[in-house]
Amino acid sequence: MSGTILLVATLVAQGMLVIAMLLAVLRILRGPRAQDRVLGLDTLYVNAMLLLITMGIRTGSIFFFEASLIIGVLGFVSTLALAKFLMRGEVIE
Amino acid sequence: MTELPLWAAIAVAFFLILGAGLTLIGSIGLLRLRSFYDRLHAPTLGTSWGALATILASVIFFSISERRLVLHDLVIGFFIMCTTPVTLMLLGRAALYRDRSENTPVVTPSDTE
Repeated sequence: MSGTILLVATLVAQGMLVIAMLLAVLRILRGPRAQDRVLGLDTLYVNAMLLLITMGIRTGSIFFFEASLIIGVLGFVSTLALAKFLMRGEVIE
Repeated sequence: MTELPLWAAIAVAFFLILGAGLTLIGSIGLLRLRSFYDRLHAPTLGTSWGALATILASVIFFSISERRLVLHDLVIGFFIMCTTPVTLMLLGRAALYRDRSENTPVVTPSDTE
């Protein structure tokens, strides 16, 4: 019984997160300016991280925790670098 | 997958659906809001309660299925809570700087589609 509840809940949550990632990709493709694309990329990173945590609950393995932590760190650094580039035209001055 | 008690399965399912639903609402807002400064607010729905509810579900699930306190997922929550304001404020300032240097009005009604 509880296994069925967990299976259905993880499937629904994964479907919702995949739709959210698709919407973020649509915003990246549509633009209209560079900062919108960077914001869409940041949202895509966060949604992928949550999708990995959900996948860890579904498979019951701790392994996905490290992958989602790495994705979080990479998303933070890349968005920071892109925002700095939009402001100044170079990342490290 | 080990068999959880029913109340734990219901709690994990509730937090999972809550987190994924809030993240989905944030992404819909990212697609549908009209100007960039409005859109800047939408993904924070996913990074605040969306991430927190998913992480709570993970903590409850692993703590009960392994019969010990598993708190390492809270590291991700703490990290997200610390970094999201920094990135979004920097991005907003970059957008403001670009708008001002091009002499466009700060909140542009022409920024639609």
